[in-house]
Amino acid sequence: MPFIANTALQQQQMLAEIGLTMDDLFSDIPADMMCKDFNLPSGMSEQQVRNHLAELAGKNSTDLTCFLGGGFYDHFIPAAIYSLISRSEFYTAYTPYQPELAQGTLQAVYEYQSAICRLCDMEVSNASLYDGGTAIYEAMMMAIRQTRRNKVIVDDSVNPIYRVMLKSYSNNLNIGFEETENVNGLSNREQILAKIDSDTAAVILQNPNFFGCVDDFTDIAKAIHEKGALLIVSCYPIALGILKTPGQMDADIVVGEGQSLGMPMSFGGPYLGFMATRKKFIRKMPGRIVGRTTDANGKEAFVLTLQAREQHIRRDKATSNICSNEALCALTALVYLSLMGKEGLKETAQLCADKASYAYKRLTSIGSVEPHFKAKWFFNEFVIDLPCEAADVIAKLIEKGFAAGFPLSRYYNGMDNSMLICVTEKRSKQEIGMLAEALEAVL
Amino acid sequence: MIIEGLLYTKDHEWLKIEGDQATIGITDYAQQMLGEIIFVELPAIDAEYSQHSELAVAESTKAASDIYSPISGKVTEVNDKLETTPELINQDCYGDGWICKMAVTDAKGAESLMDSKKYDEYLKGL
Repeated sequence: MPFIANTALQQQQMLAEIGLTMDDLFSDIPADMMCKDFNLPSGMSEQQVRNHLAELAGKNSTDLTCFLGGGFYDHFIPAAIYSLISRSEFYTAYTPYQPELAQGTLQAVYEYQSAICRLCDMEVSNASLYDGGTAIYEAMMMAIRQTRRNKVIVDDSVNPIYRVMLKSYSNNLNIGFEETENVNGLSNREQILAKIDSDTAAVILQNPNFFGCVDDFTDIAKAIHEKGALLIVSCYPIALGILKTPGQMDADIVVGEGQSLGMPMSFGGPYLGFMATRKKFIRKMPGRIVGRTTDANGKEAFVLTLQAREQHIRRDKATSNICSNEALCALTALVYLSLMGKEGLKETAQLCADKASYAYKRLTSIGSVEPHFKAKWFFNEFVIDLPCEAADVIAKLIEKGFAAGFPLSRYYNGMDNSMLICVTEKRSKQEIGMLAEALEAVL
Repeated sequence: MIIEGLLYTKDHEWLKIEGDQATIGITDYAQQMLGEIIFVELPAIDAEYSQHSELAVAESTKAASDIYSPISGKVTEVNDKLETTPELINQDCYGDGWICKMAVTDAKGAESLMDSKKYDEYLKGL
């Protein structure tokens, strides 16, 4: 049965009624963008489909030892997470449309919000957004609404994928982008301060940044606030186990990719964008917010609150087109954080940092390998310079069973020989040693 | 309730002109239609608005409505009390529930507004 239930005859009758042809209905789409051929092959049997998908899945390399980071991280995922989130009461990716009927889901989201606030040291969190990239875009738009200004400064140490997303999402909006150039791996204070003026809505920074370098933005926050602008910080939640939090740095809006909190790395997601802010900005925050209240009988109850910001009420004036959240991913993050606890998260972060520090020493002890940024703090990622193009080395190491790192030339000029390496708590000393040996062998 | 001596818009804002100063609020009809007001987004001081442009937002528990500027002008004062007690609009929309004051930049705009009698007729026609 076709998905659209009306028949060709009914379609003709409807078109005749309004005096249009089918082509007229699609006339807004430029001719060169109209799809000419959908290339839909004829159907397959269930068994054929399974075989076909298995063949496609077989093209993935899933058994490489992973030293890849750059925004998505290979952390250990306790089995308890899947068994809890796959309970049928929870197993939907969506916020229920009659939310107050699903008190359990709302309570989980409320607790997720509480966990994100504690993690970031912020006052309020929303029920989650699609991913780290959309979260940073939403934070930018929120700052623009809050300040009624339209200039945004972004340092190039912010994840390049996020910067591409910021630009493509706002391509048709009247937003002035200014990019500052990192200095030896850290945000460019001098340029940022020189560029902030009375039109600046926000400065967008990341910690640890794309190169893995760790910074403290407290001084920048102060300067930004003096000019009436907001500081948006994108962060890596696992790192918050041991690093100074964005809240402690006096950030105004904190966002990030929550994949590292119990979600597998999968091409395209589903991932988790989180967002937290100060209470005074809550009405400008996009997305759903779950609040705790008492019902008519005085019992604790959970409700969606501040809904007048949202699209179903505010229409085109809504704070965002997002009227939903990543409920299942948010639940995953909540279960992960609950299982780890304060100490567990701290320990995981410390293990990542220690192992990365060991890998840094081991790899840079290879004669022709040099650290790219000298004497900087890093968390669990760092950049090394090779004597030849990083992309070639990475290709050779894949054959030896390693996803060795990320070639920075993909996004940064003049970094052809630079490779970004990530070490999580999952990597053993032995694996780091094997990577070093393999790297030495291919150089 | 309609007050004599004020000017009214079709969007249910009222305007009180005193020299080149104007005070702006929403009408009793508007506050009744909105219900309990829980938040008002006030304009920024010194911001300039042309007549009929979006000036403020009144939020009730299940709706949010734009408040349009009845006249062109520059905001000189906003009613800060609405930040903590937005219900003043429900209690006293023509008095303590005023929204902002403006320095009028184009007084001619007032000619297109309704007086209390015309507004009364307008409401009866709704």
